[in-house]
Amino acid sequence: MWEAIRRWFDPRELRSVGSRPDYRFSLANERTFLAWLRTGLALVGGGLAAAQFLPPLPLAHLREVIAVALLLLGGTVAVRAVDHWARTERAIRLGEELPASRFPAVLALAVGLGALLLVVAVLAGTVGRR
Amino acid sequence: MTGDPGLQPERTRLAWRRTLLALTAVTVLTVRQALTGGLAGALLAGAALLGWAATLALCWPRATGSGPVRATSRTMPVIALAAVGHAALGVLLALRGVW
Repeated sequence: MWEAIRRWFDPRELRSVGSRPDYRFSLANERTFLAWLRTGLALVGGGLAAAQFLPPLPLAHLREVIAVALLLLGGTVAVRAVDHWARTERAIRLGEELPASRFPAVLALAVGLGALLLVVAVLAGTVGRR
Repeated sequence: MTGDPGLQPERTRLAWRRTLLALTAVTVLTVRQALTGGLAGALLAGAALLGWAATLALCWPRATGSGPVRATSRTMPVIALAAVGHAALGVLLALRGVW
């Protein structure tokens, strides 16, 4: 794992494998990375907003739980984005199959499930009643 | 293959600008939350602002097309690290009142 992290910060190594691809593929990979990063930043922003703008909720620490869950999810998305970008760039340079990933499906399910739980909480009057 | 000499680099520059804008919004939220926490909070807010300025300076060539831009560079892990930093700072600040 540390080896992979070191590789993210050492672009020369990534540049040394395989052959230089059509720059348009690298740019597309870069934009995909940025789109994922914005997704992560939106989750982090949502967590910060939950911590600051939600009133204290009747259920003890529910506000903090919501905030921390969103913040951790956002941080995970950002780390995974840079890892996936590096692995994709490597695959493009080596002419290999692009890395497949379950992460988007897992994230979608996690966000959907979280939203469902919040809907239940709102209907049960745990959230939103002053 | 027909080339599109300008469009892909421009789309990528715009994507960088949107991302830096998102990072700026998150920085504002972090600073706003940190400033409610006394001296330690003020120090954290200062650190967040410094990190924001450093990230912006590092990513500026990618967002504007000035300077050399290589396909593989440290800007990607750095801007991801900025997002993770805000997440960690946010967890710290959100849990401040809990214990």
